[in-house]
Amino acid sequence: MISLATEDLVIDIPERGDGTPLSLHVESGQVWGVLGPNGAGKTTLLHTLAGLRRPRSGRVLLDGEPLAGLRRKRIARRLAVVFQERQDGFPASVLETALIGRHPFLSPWDLETADDIGVARAALRAVELDGYEARPVNTLSGGERQRLAVATALTQQPALWLADEPSNHLDLRHQVAVMRLLRAQAAEGRAVLMCLHDVNLAARWCDRILLLYPDGTACWGPTATMLVPQALEGLYGQPLDVVEVGGVRLFVPRISVSLRKR
Amino acid sequence: MSAAEPEARSAGAVPAAPGLVRIWPPLLVLALIGVGSMLLAVAWGSVPIPLSGLFAVLTGDAEPLHRTLVLELRLPRVLAAFGTGGLLAVAGALMQVLLRNPLADPYVLGLSGGAAVGALGAMLVGLGALAISGSAFVGALLSTVLVFGLAHGTGSWTPTRLLLTGVVVAAGWGALITFMLVISPTERLPGMLYWLMGDLSYARSPWPSLTVLLLACVLIAPLGRSLNALARGPLQAATLGVAVRPLEWGIFVAASLLTATAVITAGTIGFIGLVVPHMLRLVFGTDQRLILPASALAGGSLLVLADIGARTLIAPEQLPVGVITALLGVPTFLYLLYRSR
Repeated sequence: MISLATEDLVIDIPERGDGTPLSLHVESGQVWGVLGPNGAGKTTLLHTLAGLRRPRSGRVLLDGEPLAGLRRKRIARRLAVVFQERQDGFPASVLETALIGRHPFLSPWDLETADDIGVARAALRAVELDGYEARPVNTLSGGERQRLAVATALTQQPALWLADEPSNHLDLRHQVAVMRLLRAQAAEGRAVLMCLHDVNLAARWCDRILLLYPDGTACWGPTATMLVPQALEGLYGQPLDVVEVGGVRLFVPRISVSLRKR
Repeated sequence: MSAAEPEARSAGAVPAAPGLVRIWPPLLVLALIGVGSMLLAVAWGSVPIPLSGLFAVLTGDAEPLHRTLVLELRLPRVLAAFGTGGLLAVAGALMQVLLRNPLADPYVLGLSGGAAVGALGAMLVGLGALAISGSAFVGALLSTVLVFGLAHGTGSWTPTRLLLTGVVVAAGWGALITFMLVISPTERLPGMLYWLMGDLSYARSPWPSLTVLLLACVLIAPLGRSLNALARGPLQAATLGVAVRPLEWGIFVAASLLTATAVITAGTIGFIGLVVPHMLRLVFGTDQRLILPASALAGGSLLVLADIGARTLIAPEQLPVGVITALLGVPTFLYLLYRSR
């Protein structure tokens, strides 16, 4: 079981008002989607929830304990972050990169055991990167790098996933695969919170939604009540058409007829 | 997925199964190379000494000339070269992880210069050996803080910003060293130029450098995997459970201490910290658990070999060994810079 709660949390974005203090409860089995236009603070929120950034006010509780007081190693055994950007000044191999996810579970003198390697290999299989093990990461495509980041987090076996645009660079097939993987994680009693650009991925795969506005105001709740055209049109400042596919409401930007290609 | 296999082969260099990292065999090979290069360095010179002669020195029934040559002249210098080279290579490897940039090197970024200014300044005002060492360490640390503080700014360490800062700081230290050399007594000048271009002819006891090198290797060994995480960026490292700030500060201090010890031993020798880790990564991949101890051994061997060149290339005249390392280092640096675009 996992719980991540925020108490009147205000994320620290320079030169922006406090907006709505967030009191969220992310729990086992839930998949949260954070939506908002560019610059609304989705990434900042994610980093704050991971304890990588100080909030302006309020606090984050991991399993009831203040995140700020926990050692990084303990946090790392509970939650993993999939970042949007990654650095590889010294490109390691694909397997080495996934295997670093075992770091929180190993003492300084330990070498990775066969079990650890097994976990990493299974994670690479889950994102269809088996067979790439020896490839240096700088030879991978953007989508392959993204899947490797998911595999590294999977190797970390977190109870809570914080994912920043996990569908970035992914083709449609792999978008579905990664979303299915995250849903399966939640179904096994873990929790997922992800920032998304694509409203329709949120509509299909998330059961809780947090809408983050550029001025810091926010609202959250079950997907069915949050993903309504009025709210989303206000959020993105873009008129939307609604279509229903397989019982799910999907949203398409409305473009005036004169702009459409003939 | 089998389509990826041939590419994986051609990628070479990167070990296929890091979990099975074989750390010891490469280190053993490098240690043997180290011993070999030291034997060569002791045997080779104006008076060549055959292996049987070296053995005789060990057992104690050598001719006096060989005894003096080996024990009093060549061996201390060779050991000092090994220690200094190892220190510089490990310092370079550490800074490269910290900056996530293969161009970082204690000489290029001005740490060596800062240490030299510290040591030289303490000597000019007539302080003792301990104070000179302390002053060199402070100089190196000051350089580190300057370069990292200025190059960091608000954003991340871009290569351009970092190198510009380092080069300018190094140039500043160079000017200060020249100034101090000019105002010091003329008769002492020839023996002091090595602060500008490292030279092992003036190496004092090899033991400080070897001791610090051994200590550093033992202390750094358990940090290898954390450094692997840090090489992926501070945020990623933090989410993997690394206490990033303390680790970064530890590396700052360690790199400064290693550089200062090297500079006190043999002046400012450049580019060892750049060339050695780069070569090792080409052969062994990027796992710091192997690269750091391997840097100590390979850096030591490289400087021992470079010093043979310094002693013999234009014998009986001696070259400062810094000339040789610069000949190796400058092309490597330019190549890395070219490739990093």
